[in-house]
Amino acid sequence: MSAATTMPAPTAPDSVAATPVVTLLKRLQRLVTINPSTLPTAAAIVIFVGMIIFGEIAYGRIVQYSTLSNLLINNAHLIVIAVAMTFVILTGGIDLSVGSVIALSSVAGVMLANSGLPAVLVVVIMLAIGAAMGLFSGVLVRYFNVQPFIATLSMMFLGRGLASLLSTEPERLADDSPIRALGTQIKIIDGPKVNDLVVTPGVLIAVVVVLVAFFLLHRTRTGRTVYAIGGSENSAVLMGLPAPRTKLLVYVVSGTLSGVAAVIYTARLGIAQNITGSGWEMDAIAATVIGGTLLSGGFGYVLGSVIGALVLGLMNVLITRDGGIRPEMTTIITGGILLAFVLLQRVVIRKRE
Amino acid sequence: MAEPAPVVEMRGISIEFPGVKALDEVGFRLFPGEVHALMGENGAGKSTLIKALTGVYPIDSGTILVEGEQRRFHGTADAQSAGISTVYQEVNLVTNLTIGENVMLGHEVRGPFGVNWRATHRAATEALARLHLDHLDTHRPLSTLSIAVQQLVAISRAMAIDAKVLILDEPTSSLDAAEVDRLFTVMRQLRDEGVAILFVSHFLDQVFEISDRLTVLRNGQFICERRKEELSRQELIAQMIGKDLETLSSLGGNRRAGETEGEREEPLLTAVGVGRRGAIEPTDLEIRPGEIVGFAGLLGSGRTELARLLYGADKADSGTITLRGRKTTLKNPADGLKRRIAFSTENRRDEGVVGDLTVRENLILAVQAGRGWARPVPKRERDEIVSTRMSELNVRPADPDRLIKNLSGGNQQKVLLGRWLATDPDLLILDEPTRGIDVGAKAEIQEAVAELAAQGVAVVFISSELEEVVRLSDRIVVLKDHRKIGEIVNGPEVTAQMIVDLIAAHGADTHHPSPPPPAQPAGNQPLSARSTSAPADPAVSETTEEQS
Repeated sequence: MSAATTMPAPTAPDSVAATPVVTLLKRLQRLVTINPSTLPTAAAIVIFVGMIIFGEIAYGRIVQYSTLSNLLINNAHLIVIAVAMTFVILTGGIDLSVGSVIALSSVAGVMLANSGLPAVLVVVIMLAIGAAMGLFSGVLVRYFNVQPFIATLSMMFLGRGLASLLSTEPERLADDSPIRALGTQIKIIDGPKVNDLVVTPGVLIAVVVVLVAFFLLHRTRTGRTVYAIGGSENSAVLMGLPAPRTKLLVYVVSGTLSGVAAVIYTARLGIAQNITGSGWEMDAIAATVIGGTLLSGGFGYVLGSVIGALVLGLMNVLITRDGGIRPEMTTIITGGILLAFVLLQRVVIRKRE
Repeated sequence: MAEPAPVVEMRGISIEFPGVKALDEVGFRLFPGEVHALMGENGAGKSTLIKALTGVYPIDSGTILVEGEQRRFHGTADAQSAGISTVYQEVNLVTNLTIGENVMLGHEVRGPFGVNWRATHRAATEALARLHLDHLDTHRPLSTLSIAVQQLVAISRAMAIDAKVLILDEPTSSLDAAEVDRLFTVMRQLRDEGVAILFVSHFLDQVFEISDRLTVLRNGQFICERRKEELSRQELIAQMIGKDLETLSSLGGNRRAGETEGEREEPLLTAVGVGRRGAIEPTDLEIRPGEIVGFAGLLGSGRTELARLLYGADKADSGTITLRGRKTTLKNPADGLKRRIAFSTENRRDEGVVGDLTVRENLILAVQAGRGWARPVPKRERDEIVSTRMSELNVRPADPDRLIKNLSGGNQQKVLLGRWLATDPDLLILDEPTRGIDVGAKAEIQEAVAELAAQGVAVVFISSELEEVVRLSDRIVVLKDHRKIGEIVNGPEVTAQMIVDLIAAHGADTHHPSPPPPAQPAGNQPLSARSTSAPADPAVSETTEEQS
């Protein structure tokens, strides 16, 4: 996890609310019996809750404002790209360019901001860079029938290369840049000691992204077309759905959201570099798969991907808290969780057959 | 019902593909409130005409009039908005979404907060109700339905957009008799409501049962348009294949003559108590050289399952198979192949041809597999196999380097047959070799089978068309509910009706107080209780099939 960060360690009373957990589990169980395709996502939620409970018991100070706030703040960008990846994977595609687009977008953004461009314009350009890269992939996939893997792989190299052309040094965002405002912490509840409920504008942006994505996927025809393409592209076309257009659109969405993630991440860290975000596309894919989205397309939920991103983030927190686990183990544990989920999905598919 | 104005009129439609004139100045009329059958052999241009009408293929020349207005469609969506809806042979729905969504996709009811799911599902239920499917829970995944019900859901989809024209492209090829009846009831009802229905099928009986008017195409050309009463079956076939029927009618006679001789030869294959749990109950069987053994039974009766055991495609978990007097176990297809047993699958598209390879490569495949990949078949031998099989089976077009997916179904089937013949088998198992192919190709395949048997090859012939089984087989094994229920030695007095009666009568007294009408042996079960995708359990229904 490249997004690993250490937590401040405040102390506070803890309160594991047992009854909400039980009702949550019961609800999930009901949902799963009606629609088995929600099982992997439900399992992700159960594991997430399980991890929280385990962390609280083993290390303490997990279920408290500051820890949970930091979990969101540190993973807001990951949540956004997990949502982006969900769109693409739902159609049965993949977007490997996410990390590189973030690198290009953030390096370009910081350099433009430092050259004196107004912050609003910089943010717009950062999003536009993402959208343009996504459009490029989408055009390759739609009009030239290039495999999504190859199309986005070439965009991945292109983006990384362009970012390196711009600069190979870490570019620091000026301390007085208005962009940093997106990373400032806003106290909502002032808890005892440093146990505060804190959000950043970046977290709010991520929440808005999740809500809009949910609306788009579940309440618009475009969103349902995304699912239909994942079920069978051929059928979607013959049903008269605008499948080719929608296929292009998901890459634009993914690219634009990569731009959003670049803004959130840069605002928080204040540094952009050409190696920023390397491997993040894999984190996003992992989050999406852990969240229950089928790589073959057609099944999955945005909410699941959010949980997937949080599972990855929480895992980092727990490993840091433990102190005894070597950081190298992080990737192995990520791999293990991923494998467990893929196997779970296999079981679900087999049942359906 | 001579309506003055056709709802669809196509004039002088031409479509050219590289090297082929798929449609040549074809005209077609469709009137409201009629079922119009589009007839022709495979490759005659039926599918192309449909795709031209629905906007999948752009037309090179000609005009399409819908309700008197000239239209040009640029895709299915265009055609749909003009009220033309199509249900294809392979059900084109998305199994990952719910039943309701499949009905409404692209036409969801929208409100201020995006799609209004409650109203959408209500509209879906209304559309389903027109086909008496309103008992289905629209919130369940489509994958819980049998293929037949999915087919009806696809038609409901057309109803949801108030289609004036409904195109049904081979809707019956994967349905059993009761399901076909159900479909026809729906079609008649829609016709009476004024919907114009374009119907494509290879089953002549069905065409004559349901249609009011027929248009015949041949080699991309318009041949004739007649009312059903004006055309006899013989005439229709003659029009379709463009020659008289001597090939077809001479076939049955040949077979009967030499049938009883060589009867007591040593069996090539003897199966004792061969079975597989959930697929086929222990079965005894003998197959002699030069004999054609027909497997008769309904879809899902266990005929394919039994055949797969004989070949080794599935491993039997009971019983013994004796081959040429020696006990053998067949664990996988390679075992079967090594012992010179060949099996041609019923699933031509998915398990048979390799679409992206050429005809030549498809023909060689089995021979090469038998030799192992380390020893390529010499070029001379390859060329010989290709040229003899292609001319022998009359594969058209006679170009071995064409991709097989571009061939018509009948010609693909001939290539498959050729592939197995090239392995020089002693036992050839043909599962539904004539399904979905036209009369001409059918006759050619039947002829080839009869000839093989005359040369001493043992053939297992599986077909849903009982007439075909009766015409071709020396002995008929009758299966029902995963069990062999009888064996008939064929003779002049044996008819398809006898087999139907046998199937219908068997177990009727135990399961049902009164036997169902013999013509529809499956008619006693409601449509929803049948599942072609899960033949292992005839009682599976979409409402009871729980998933956990």
